[in-house]
Amino acid sequence: MFEDLRDLYQEVIFDHNRNPRNFRIIENASREVEGFNPLCGDRLTLYLNIVSGVIEDASFQGSGCAISTASVSLMTEIIKGKTEGEAETLFSQFHKMTTTEGEVDWAAIGKLAVLAGVKDYPARVKCATLAWHTLDTALKNEGQLSISTE
Amino acid sequence: MSALDVLSIRKDFPILTQKIREKPLIYLDNAASSQKPDSVIDAISNNYRFDYANIHRGVHTLSQRSTDSFEGAREKVRVFLNAESVKEIIFIRGATEGINLIAQTYGRSNIGQDDEIIITAMEHHANIVPWQILCEQTGARLRVVPMTERGELILDDYRSLFNSKTRLVSIAHMSNALGTVNPVAEMIKTAHSHNVPVVLDGAQSAPHMTTDVRALDCDFYVFSGHKLYGPAGIGVLYGKQALLEAMPPYQGGGDMIRKVSFQKTEYNDLPYKFEAGTPAIADVIGLGAAIDYITGIGLDNIAAYEDDLLRYATEQVNQITGLRIIGEAAHKGAILSFVLDGVHPHDIGTLLDTVGIAIRAGHHCAMPVMDFYQVPATARASFAMYNTEQEIDVLVSALKELIKVFR
Ligand SMILES: Cc1ncc(COP(=O)(O)O)c(C=O)c1O
Repeated sequence: MFEDLRDLYQEVIFDHNRNPRNFRIIENASREVEGFNPLCGDRLTLYLNIVSGVIEDASFQGSGCAISTASVSLMTEIIKGKTEGEAETLFSQFHKMTTTEGEVDWAAIGKLAVLAGVKDYPARVKCATLAWHTLDTALKNEGQLSISTE
Repeated sequence: MSALDVLSIRKDFPILTQKIREKPLIYLDNAASSQKPDSVIDAISNNYRFDYANIHRGVHTLSQRSTDSFEGAREKVRVFLNAESVKEIIFIRGATEGINLIAQTYGRSNIGQDDEIIITAMEHHANIVPWQILCEQTGARLRVVPMTERGELILDDYRSLFNSKTRLVSIAHMSNALGTVNPVAEMIKTAHSHNVPVVLDGAQSAPHMTTDVRALDCDFYVFSGHKLYGPAGIGVLYGKQALLEAMPPYQGGGDMIRKVSFQKTEYNDLPYKFEAGTPAIADVIGLGAAIDYITGIGLDNIAAYEDDLLRYATEQVNQITGLRIIGEAAHKGAILSFVLDGVHPHDIGTLLDTVGIAIRAGHHCAMPVMDFYQVPATARASFAMYNTEQEIDVLVSALKELIKVFR
């Protein structure tokens, strides 16, 4: 019945939705930011441990739709071991991919490309970008914070 | 099923014949806004094509024609609500503006420090925030009637909220998030026994049941045209004449005055006192056409048909394991709010859209209701007179498929 579904919901997304990676709390994390999308009630808390400019560990808690859960799960996987600068670059690439503002460096995007379909679903873009805006806030600010997409 | 010729009704709604992603459109987002019949679309375009000019005070033919149609629509609304006089029918942008108007005029002149306003646990933000603003301005307080898990107001608690400080009650006739139809006639009697006036938010009820403001004895009533098969951006505030007369105006400007000098301004009579500026002329005329359309079919017939649809849909979705209906009041309008285990409402909404089904997913402007049920959002299918059992069958089989995809 749902032939058109794969544009947006690739199998990887279902996989991460069923079994989110890094779904845990990091005690004494160096950064802890809560991201909230009041429109759909998606809520996640991102934990980072940053040591000498490198993201040594990343995890999250919270609940949201399949797109937002897969997005944050994939993100925590991919940013682990990256420097803060590399993570920022990924954020800007991800932003380009989901909004089609500018050329996307597909090599850098890697498996995050499974989320490229959201650009055709404007109502769902924020679901995919919530994790990354939360990360952006976490990288720019020490300690605990919360942000909202609206 | 009831005596409603749904196939011929569907032919009156041109938007319904289209395909969405190559599937026939199944429009189940009627509680957010309903679609428009040809007669409404034509009334608007004919006004612009043949009769349009600014209304009132015009000496030329077009102005007279537009004025006649505009005031004709006011009379149609009066009959629709069974109000006593057209002076009590005020055109506004919609339910939201109506409630803000009451809060800022009636409210500011009658409600003060430590006074209390009663609302309910199932209100739309439009019937919460205007009162919160008023409370901030005056130091008044909001009291909230609680509800049960089924989504029914607890009337004993309602009665015990009244005290010497209670100044106003404002309640939804029908909840947009749950579908609950509240026992407003009884609630109005209770309020009046304490000499407290009542505002009814009719945004959801107006399209689905007969409204008789005199039988209900409500003091104010608001509704929006766009949920009533009419244009968006136009709505109605009904108020009892004595109350409206005692209220200060809402906005100042043209039309709402009788005489202006730099020393003093005399306000116009009702209803014009509350209609400052050039109104949405064609949309008022369109609203009149919508009322004609509904009246032609008969609200009682519409209500009976929609009740059947709701009962059928409820039976069908109850067979889906992992589906939980949010809002199970004994008396409900044609709204089915639900959550599915393991599938977020937004994913439901997007997936259903890929097969042509339009539902709403989100908090439905009723975040306190979401908090009450401890859900971030719900999926909501809401029915209108042009929906069919066959469409509900498609919805149900899509939901069953969707669960498989997610597991
Ligand atoms: C119960 C209720 N009240 C008020 C409103 C606000 O109506 P409008 O947005 O047309 O002003 C709505 C619309 O969703 C509603 O469902």
